[in-house]
Amino acid sequence: MLRLLTIEFYKLKHSRSSKVLSIAYFVILSFIALIASIEFNLGDFQIRIADQGIFNFPFIWHFNTWVAATLKFFLAIVIVSMISNEYSNRTLKQNLIDGLSKKEFMLSKFYTVIAFAALSTLFIFVMTLILGYSFSDYTEFSIVTREMEFLLAYFFKLVGFFSFCLFLGVLVKRSAFALGFLFVWWIFENISYGILRWQINAETADAIVQFFPLEAMKNLINLPFQRLNFIETAANQLQADIQIDYAVHWYEVGIVSVWIFLFIYGAYRLLMKRDL
Amino acid sequence: MLGNVNSKNTLLETILTLNNLTKHYGKVKAVNDLSFTIEKGNVYGILGPNGSGKSTTLGMVLNVVNATSGNFKWFDGTDTTHNALKKVGAIIERPNFYPYMTAAQNLELVCTIKDVDPSKIEEKLEIVHLLDRKDSKFSTFSLGMKQRLAIASALLNDPEILILDEPTNGLDPQGIHQIREIIKNIASGGTTILLASHLLDEVEKVCSHVVIIRKGVKLYAGPVDELNASHGFFELRCERQTELIQVLERHQDFASVKEENGLVTAFLKNPLTAEELNTLLFTQGIVLSHLVKRKESLEEQFLQLTANLN
Repeated sequence: MLRLLTIEFYKLKHSRSSKVLSIAYFVILSFIALIASIEFNLGDFQIRIADQGIFNFPFIWHFNTWVAATLKFFLAIVIVSMISNEYSNRTLKQNLIDGLSKKEFMLSKFYTVIAFAALSTLFIFVMTLILGYSFSDYTEFSIVTREMEFLLAYFFKLVGFFSFCLFLGVLVKRSAFALGFLFVWWIFENISYGILRWQINAETADAIVQFFPLEAMKNLINLPFQRLNFIETAANQLQADIQIDYAVHWYEVGIVSVWIFLFIYGAYRLLMKRDL
Repeated sequence: MLGNVNSKNTLLETILTLNNLTKHYGKVKAVNDLSFTIEKGNVYGILGPNGSGKSTTLGMVLNVVNATSGNFKWFDGTDTTHNALKKVGAIIERPNFYPYMTAAQNLELVCTIKDVDPSKIEEKLEIVHLLDRKDSKFSTFSLGMKQRLAIASALLNDPEILILDEPTNGLDPQGIHQIREIIKNIASGGTTILLASHLLDEVEKVCSHVVIIRKGVKLYAGPVDELNASHGFFELRCERQTELIQVLERHQDFASVKEENGLVTAFLKNPLTAEELNTLLFTQGIVLSHLVKRKESLEEQFLQLTANLN
């Protein structure tokens, strides 16, 4: 396993574009901390974002993982190009001739996906602790450790998304087309939801669409803003009902895990079936 | 012509065995029921016109093309193909490396994949005369340099067998010459070589054994000098030509005699040395001004063999 990871990281290490994108990703991740310094004036009130409770434990786990997850596209480009480059340089063929099996090749890519997701999760974990302990109103250990399942959800969300990218990379062999396909798929999921909702009803539509890969990944970490105190208060005043189930459920993790398996196994089968 | 036959290995050790290997691309039968064996220490040529299935055959044994039916085994067949390939060096069609890495970095990656120590990189780069360019990016290399880097890469693990698929394709005369010299040097070191080519003189210059395929079907497999049962022919010239032709036509060892531009060509059906013929003719009072014994070139033999099927 370590050998396979070494091989893949050696390939990435020397590729300037992958390196720049990966570094840019982690730099931008750390910019989440800058949200703390955002201040703006609303009439006579001076509002400081950091004081609005977004950095309070345990909510900060939810908030940070959600914000960080939106940045996953940076790494998605790295993942897709790390497959498509092997095709366009025909180095996949050479790797196999040199004695790498197709299974090892696939595993080296999958391990890299896991490594990226784990690294990102660790990064968010450390950053959240730092931000939380700096700005949170509550720093008791029992509160700090509550809702840490969002980290697990974040990890699965990344692995799932990157596995999807990996599969698309193997399927269409070209990075631009793979990312395009991803976008088309996202539109497809939304249109399907729209049609289902229009033809049947919202509950059934939700029930079906939650099994779609992108929707399943989205459901792992729901939009966190409704949980903010001032929004809840505002909603109550407007008597709007925004009861949203934001918790991480085991079945959500389950659905994404099944997709991860399908994507990786599917990519492996494709690779096995193809002549190079 | 057979200067590189390696006779050091008296014990026959099988390196690769193909059993009825077949590959169909839809209706096209790229390779059909191909069987042959590669033994240690010999230099093999796979000969065939373009599109005859050479690369497909190599692709199958190298794990990149899935066989439709039949099988093959590397060495004694106890190891998986991808593990066996770690003991093989192969270059196919055109050199494939990571363009953004330098020559040395690319070779280091190959070392990691093949599980060999990277200490050999410089030595192998020296063999292919690329040591001074080891820190240049692969994308800056000319085709000839890329091909030489591919050979260096294939040699990293000191392979039991070196497989070369059209190694001189697309190179300029100088590049072709360089590659051939390198191949000859490697062959003289005792490494088994399998060379696929449609260039007959290339195969003729370095190979001891040939496998000839056409449209995916094997026409011949065996030593180059047994390819044609003929015993060669004499080219003769002398003053008394008519008498010479009469003598030759009466002799039981000759199959046919023909004359062209004052040069008499006599084809043998039984073995006969040039000395014997010279002595015989001299005793009959015929003095030769020109005597050459030749074998049909591989090209002539190849054309005969493939023509028979048309």
